[in-house]
Amino acid sequence: MAFISVENLKTGYETEKGIVQAVDDVSFSLENGESIGIAGESACGKSTLGLSIMRIVPDVSITSGDITLEGKSILKMPKSEFAKNVRWKDVSMVFQGAMNSLDPVFTVEEQFVEVLKQHRYDGDYKQKISEIVNSVGLTQDVLKKYPHELSGGMKQRIVIAMALLLKPKFVIADEPTTALDVLVQAQIINLLKKMKKEGMSIMLITHDLAIISEVAEKIGIMYAGKMIEFGSAAEIYKNPKHPYTQALLKSIPRLRGDKVTNYIKGNPPSLMHPPQGCRFYDRCPQAMEKCKKDVPKFKTDSGYVSCWLYE
Amino acid sequence: MNEILLVQNLTKHFAKKGIFSSSGTVVKAVDDVSFSLKKGEVLVLAGESGSGKSTTARLILRAIEPDSGRIVFDGIEIGNDNKSLEKIRMQCQMIHQDPYASINPRMKISDIIMEPLEIHKIGTKEERKKMVLDALHEVKLEPAEDVFNKFPHMLSGGQRQRVVLARALVLKPKLIIADEPVSMLDVSIRAEVLELMRELQQKHDISYIYITHDLSTARYLGQNISIMYLGKIVESGPIDEVLLHPRHPYTQALLDAISEPEPDNLLKEKKIRINEPLDIDVYQGCRFRARCPYAIEKCNEEPPLEQTGQDRLAACFVKLD
Ligand SMILES: Nc1ncnc2c1ncn2[C@@H]1O[C@H](COP(=O)(O)OP(=O)(O)OP(=O)(O)O)[C@@H](O)[C@H]1O
Ligand SMILES: Nc1ncnc2c1ncn2[C@@H]1O[C@H](COP(=O)(O)OP(=O)(O)OP(=O)(O)O)[C@@H](O)[C@H]1O
Ligand code: SF4
Ligand code: SF4
Ligand SMILES: [Mg+2]
Ligand SMILES: [Mg+2]
Repeated sequence: MAFISVENLKTGYETEKGIVQAVDDVSFSLENGESIGIAGESACGKSTLGLSIMRIVPDVSITSGDITLEGKSILKMPKSEFAKNVRWKDVSMVFQGAMNSLDPVFTVEEQFVEVLKQHRYDGDYKQKISEIVNSVGLTQDVLKKYPHELSGGMKQRIVIAMALLLKPKFVIADEPTTALDVLVQAQIINLLKKMKKEGMSIMLITHDLAIISEVAEKIGIMYAGKMIEFGSAAEIYKNPKHPYTQALLKSIPRLRGDKVTNYIKGNPPSLMHPPQGCRFYDRCPQAMEKCKKDVPKFKTDSGYVSCWLYE
Repeated sequence: MNEILLVQNLTKHFAKKGIFSSSGTVVKAVDDVSFSLKKGEVLVLAGESGSGKSTTARLILRAIEPDSGRIVFDGIEIGNDNKSLEKIRMQCQMIHQDPYASINPRMKISDIIMEPLEIHKIGTKEERKKMVLDALHEVKLEPAEDVFNKFPHMLSGGQRQRVVLARALVLKPKLIIADEPVSMLDVSIRAEVLELMRELQQKHDISYIYITHDLSTARYLGQNISIMYLGKIVESGPIDEVLLHPRHPYTQALLDAISEPEPDNLLKEKKIRINEPLDIDVYQGCRFRARCPYAIEKCNEEPPLEQTGQDRLAACFVKLD
């Protein structure tokens, strides 16, 4: 039995102009002890995927699919049951940019207390907060401080700590290292590694494929709402199948080895009126006539790829 | 004369007004910084947040007044006289980090790019229009005639950063200071903007100061690099040499911290060769001493920035292997 499995998930936002299909038929699953990295360029639906698993998007926006955690559907259960027993307890999330939305007028401790209240926590608040602050590598004196007195790295640890309060099994971290200095990034990466050692499974959302290699056994590459390739990190880094995955890997500047000159020209299609067939068609160097037909998922050694080259 | 920019002993200290403490302290944002830049050269200024990179840029452009030091741009010493100020402000252009903040969302692309021409009273209306179109072609925003009438929100992040670049180019500058020009962009768009910057540099022999804390994009664009730490240059030299064989413990720590897309990373903890900062006066002795894993007794004195090889300088008492 898979630890977590997402099947044919579709999430669309209703807007005045029409429906933005931000997550379109996404599937993946993880075994016990595995973590996943989700990569893809801006607006491809990464955060929406995370928010959908947390059921923080409007109910009507998830129009199909299922999500099971240890065999039990957490998407089909009533919203109230999900809120009471699953959200923050089993599955939690560090939201994109959360470190910049800490409330400036409250101390860190007050903000922890507020979160615990919202969770209706009935244990010893002081002890809980002190424990969690330690576990993310901060000292107790941060508790009395206000957000503006903290460095970026400290704020990021605090929002991670907030997601860990109720000891979730599955933690979604949305761009936790973006906009931080490299040295601070490295510290946050080590914190994520430590969380994994303690038994948590992580879904790391980032547009930086290099960072994913530090924490994820599995990788899902998203493009315009679709997960176009899913597989083991080893397979994706060493033998990427989808032309988009290949291009994405080539566009990463390397510290050693070749200086890159490759980037992906053009823009992804609109999520409101996506074209028929492969969504990468316009930008794909290997596009063929056939690619104008919708692409199924073809099996690979460790996952799948949505590209007609692998029929 | 081969040098486009000469910076000598540049210094700027700020009085830091604590919000809660009344006792002000001094931030030595830029402290006795010297470097030079050849025509057509790309120099990378790297270092963590607060190391003084942007302050250095603002001093060069005279957006702020230095406490001391000299700046010679294209053979002319920059002072407070109108002539030298006009020269530096026309021939040295700055690109900022955030493509969303640095352009006015209510202005048309054409007006955004035309603005510097109007400020410096260059050309007739018709000539200005042509210069704007030329700049749009330069940065490959095509069809330029269409883009001309668009508003910023109709463009992607990468396209907006091209607009910023076009705005800098329209005055035909000799030096562009790019302050984290790609850090707000997606990894996949970064390469595109960097590639364009490099093309322009080669075509027009423009010199760049490329400010970043990201050493992997630094290598892509730069020929030389200076690493700053708390207001001082701690290491400098040709970029491949510095990145492959760092001589300063801080450079080494920065390099270790970078992740590369390698599946083997999964199995190892990231090596961070930097200590939790000690609570000591950072301006006493080597500034990196509070976090340096190699610190010795002698580091209570300030290490001079000394030659350690051909074109290479480092400020450290200890020899790294
Ligand atoms: N609340 C919303 N209402 C309408 N559209 C939305 C909403 N949230 C996101 N979208 C749209 O859904 C698409 C996917 O957005 P999402 O935030 O999931 O992307 P992302 O991959 O996380 O991007 P980024 O890397 O920039 O964070 C985008 O087109 C976005 O504009
Ligand atoms: N106008 C100012 N008044 C007071 N202090 C200032 C001022 N401008 C900069 N500083 C301080 O000077 C130091 C250097 O700042 P600077 O912006 O040059 O750093 P930076 O290297 O560009 O950092 P970042 O990577 O975050 O942009 C910082 O400690 C900053 O707080
Ligand atoms: S399906 Fe066709 S267009 Fe799409 S990625 Fe594969 S080859 Fe390219
Ligand atoms: S001089 Fe001393 S403290 Fe400074 S970097 Fe070198 S070894 Fe470290
Ligand atoms: Mg997002
Ligand atoms: Mg700066």
